[in-house]
Amino acid sequence: MSNPADVIIIGGGHNGLVCAAYLAKAGRKVLVLEAASGVGGLGATREFAPGFRAAVAHTLPQLGRQLVKDLDLGRHGFSLAADALPTIALAPAGGHITITADGLEGASPADSTAYATYLKLMKKFARAIDPFWHKRPPMLGSGGLRDAATLGQFGWNLRTLGKTDMREMMRMIALPARDLMDEYFESPPLKAALAWDANIGSKLAPRSPNNAVIALLYRMSGDLTGGLPLARGGTGGLTDALAAAAAAHGAQIRTGSAVARIVVEQGRAVGVELAGGELIRAPKIVSNADPKTSFFKLLGARHLDIQFTNRINRLRMNGQVAKLHLALDGLPDFTGLAEPGGRLLLAPDMQFIENAFDAAKYGGYARELPMEVLLPSLHDDSLAPAGQHVLSAQVQYAPYNVQGGWDAHRDSFLDNTMASLERYAPGIRDRVVASELLTPADLEQQFGVTGGHWHHGEFALDNWWMNRPTYGASQYRTPVPGFYLCGAGAHPGGGIMGAAGSNAARAILEEN
Amino acid sequence: MPVTVKLQPAEAIAHVQRSILPTPFYSRTSRLNLNQQWSEWNGFASAVYYGDAHLEYFSTRNTCGVFDASPMRKYRFSGADAAAMLDRMVTRDVVAQAVDTVAYNVWCTDAGRVVDDGTIFRLGTEEFMLCCADPCYDWFCLSAVGFDALKIEEISEEVAALALQGPTSCALLKAMGFAGIEQCKPFQIMRFPFGGGEIMISRTGYTGDLGYELWLDPRDAEQLWDQLFSVGAIYGIQPLGDESLEMARLEAGFLAPDVDFHGSLHTVQRGHDHSPLELGLGWILNFKKPHFSGRAALLAQRESGNYRRLLKLDIEGNKPAEHSILYADKKCAKEIGYITSAAWSPVVKANIAYGLVEAKYFEGPIWAEIYHQKELRWQRKVARCTRVTKPFWSPERAKATPPPDC
Ligand SMILES: Cc1cc2nc3c(=O)[nH]c(=O)nc-3n(C[C@H](O)[C@H](O)[C@H](O)COP(=O)(O)OP(=O)(O)OC[C@H]3O[C@@H](n4cnc5c(N)ncnc54)[C@H](O)[C@@H]3O)c2cc1C
Repeated sequence: MSNPADVIIIGGGHNGLVCAAYLAKAGRKVLVLEAASGVGGLGATREFAPGFRAAVAHTLPQLGRQLVKDLDLGRHGFSLAADALPTIALAPAGGHITITADGLEGASPADSTAYATYLKLMKKFARAIDPFWHKRPPMLGSGGLRDAATLGQFGWNLRTLGKTDMREMMRMIALPARDLMDEYFESPPLKAALAWDANIGSKLAPRSPNNAVIALLYRMSGDLTGGLPLARGGTGGLTDALAAAAAAHGAQIRTGSAVARIVVEQGRAVGVELAGGELIRAPKIVSNADPKTSFFKLLGARHLDIQFTNRINRLRMNGQVAKLHLALDGLPDFTGLAEPGGRLLLAPDMQFIENAFDAAKYGGYARELPMEVLLPSLHDDSLAPAGQHVLSAQVQYAPYNVQGGWDAHRDSFLDNTMASLERYAPGIRDRVVASELLTPADLEQQFGVTGGHWHHGEFALDNWWMNRPTYGASQYRTPVPGFYLCGAGAHPGGGIMGAAGSNAARAILEEN
Repeated sequence: MPVTVKLQPAEAIAHVQRSILPTPFYSRTSRLNLNQQWSEWNGFASAVYYGDAHLEYFSTRNTCGVFDASPMRKYRFSGADAAAMLDRMVTRDVVAQAVDTVAYNVWCTDAGRVVDDGTIFRLGTEEFMLCCADPCYDWFCLSAVGFDALKIEEISEEVAALALQGPTSCALLKAMGFAGIEQCKPFQIMRFPFGGGEIMISRTGYTGDLGYELWLDPRDAEQLWDQLFSVGAIYGIQPLGDESLEMARLEAGFLAPDVDFHGSLHTVQRGHDHSPLELGLGWILNFKKPHFSGRAALLAQRESGNYRRLLKLDIEGNKPAEHSILYADKKCAKEIGYITSAAWSPVVKANIAYGLVEAKYFEGPIWAEIYHQKELRWQRKVARCTRVTKPFWSPERAKATPPPDC
């Protein structure tokens, strides 16, 4: 076995790269092993048809300034193609409502006033919990000062909201998105658009309790622009910059190097074996793969305690989002919209989303599918040939465990998606030059994420903070000495943010 | 369409009359059970005593006795991952365990608390039988998560089991034609043709004396019983009930589940379950093994030294310290633990017991507060307890191969 590194990172997704960059910056010898032919994971920009490029993760609402600054990402090629995209709640017949960073356009006076109140409150809550996304979660009963301090600070931050707002937050925190939106707003498409972000990525819908507010606050964690940013070159522009930053600090990145298993000796992780049989040793092994892959496929249950293993086994990993990429020979017309420059939300009301969820709950899918649509090439001409466009859509709900398997359903799901799109953009089918539909099964197969799950495991209260992915592994360390997690399955969760990667790097550095 | 329900008459269902199931030996044991004293064990009828518990007990020390162990739960683990799966579940090294041997084991939660104990029989490189007193299938399934080349089957009803225990047991088996049985070492397994197939004999038991356990097809059970009792007459064979076995196992230093310890999954309150270290099972914790479930927690506990101790106690006087509370002083001011099992031992002529004592006090003086009756009148007595480190009863013949007189 060769021993070229202090730390091996399995996976060059954005979190693995962030972790690598911070560790390398602190002087550690880091080796990143990525299975795919390029870095970036779900954030990588890929050519899906000749001349047309897109990334699975297309917007960056959770990205923060600190990361960009710490790693000097601007110098390594990162820039924004759009900084504050609005979200547009489309109504099929026109009369859309535009949601910007500071208000609504096209909404009723009542909704506009309510939105101001709502936004102010949500921003206040978001600020109160924001520091905790970027901190190691506390461990209950550890007796440690750090853990007690984190918990204390959490309580303090809630308390300093003031009595009224703290009570309000406690009241709202477990509401279903539907109740929350009904309480504030009247426009059905507006409510649907706002509820969308409360649920996307998890097996949840507007009527699901417990998670909506936390998920909304989590989506508000980025402070790059105050709006919805897009990276130049697609999200891959960011992940390439992360790779460049890591490399500049001396990290070595090997693509096309799938790790087959983690080598454990005397109960310690001491190296990895690649799919080709090559053994590489390092005193610390960090996994950017999801928790089920990390613990079952790479490590093996025999190195873990029984109840811990069962908690990992019970993690809910069935992805619900399909990704649609269309190569278009020109700009499509969305009824009543001058230019489709924002993030478009295609759901007439919350019940429409719920109906799609109901079908998916039992392993089916709806005929009419809600989705969020983006035309990134409008903001970035590197993504499509001149005059042509890329349409990038997140479509719900596409249950990973569809009855009969996705091979039997891919075409019909695509048909339903196109028909649903056509309702808002008549004639769009005629503009399609090429298309790619990535179902959760495809995402699993191509990106190595169990269940094709957005967050590497549900983003839900039972799987949150000190329970992410589960107690015993919620502080980036795992029960196996020398083995760590740094991916979206760890705190705080999914989305392009880098917090799991940087928190993990800090946890590892603090150990020495 | 009219729905017709055909109910079986109660008499047609074997266990309805007694509310409990017959073991494969029931036609024989029920004839010998003079007072029809039965306890219920996993749904099966188990004799409390057949005639006289003391007489039965003495057979395990002077001649030989037969205990119907069929109600024991038995599981078959097979497949390429069986050894690895068991090795991770239990505290001893299963991978290194030789084929045709038996090993006593415990299995623990992540926190190192005992779920249950039992014996693992390695029947082949990829086949094991695990026996335990209580059902444990749910825990085995949880423990199997992450091991794919593995099949776990409950085979309790497919295997009849008898324990033949006592100094004449080897001679009796030899006389029955199991040639070479005297070469069977403790914890070893031998197989012989029997009845319609094969009988498996392991040199194991729960009495601490020379003894064997016999495992066979239930269809051959009655034939085995009859042969044992006809050939065994001159070897002093006796049937053993629960009570005699209870005395013997206490002398031998064995634990009884639900008596000396509660499985962790069945306790509610903190500290009402036990770690193997507390139960004196440190000797089967193989810390050389890189991992088993609960290892990290147990290692930390062992290093801290801060855990209760289940002690073997020799108590002054002759009144069994049943249900006694233990104290650090004769005045009974400082309570430090309690007795889990107690009996007057006829063979070592001592008043013996197990007591669970707080970590801080196990090396100091220990007093038991004993209540006993004299002609219905309750008496209280505070008796000095002496710690014993070896099993109370452990005769040479139990270890010798071949055993004496064989
Ligand atoms: C359909 C969909 C749309 C999304 N849209 C958005 C969005 O618009 N905005 C947003 O912020 N987030 C979005 N997300 C979420 C976001 O993409 C993920 O949460 C994020 O990419 C997770 O980053 P990661 O680095 O932790 O893991 P990943 O991006 O999954 O990277 C993990 C890496 O590990 C590699 N790997 C796995 N196993 C091995 C192995 N054995 N050996 C070597 N390498 C291995 C993989 O190849 C991969 O490169 C979306 C997710 C999905 C599924």
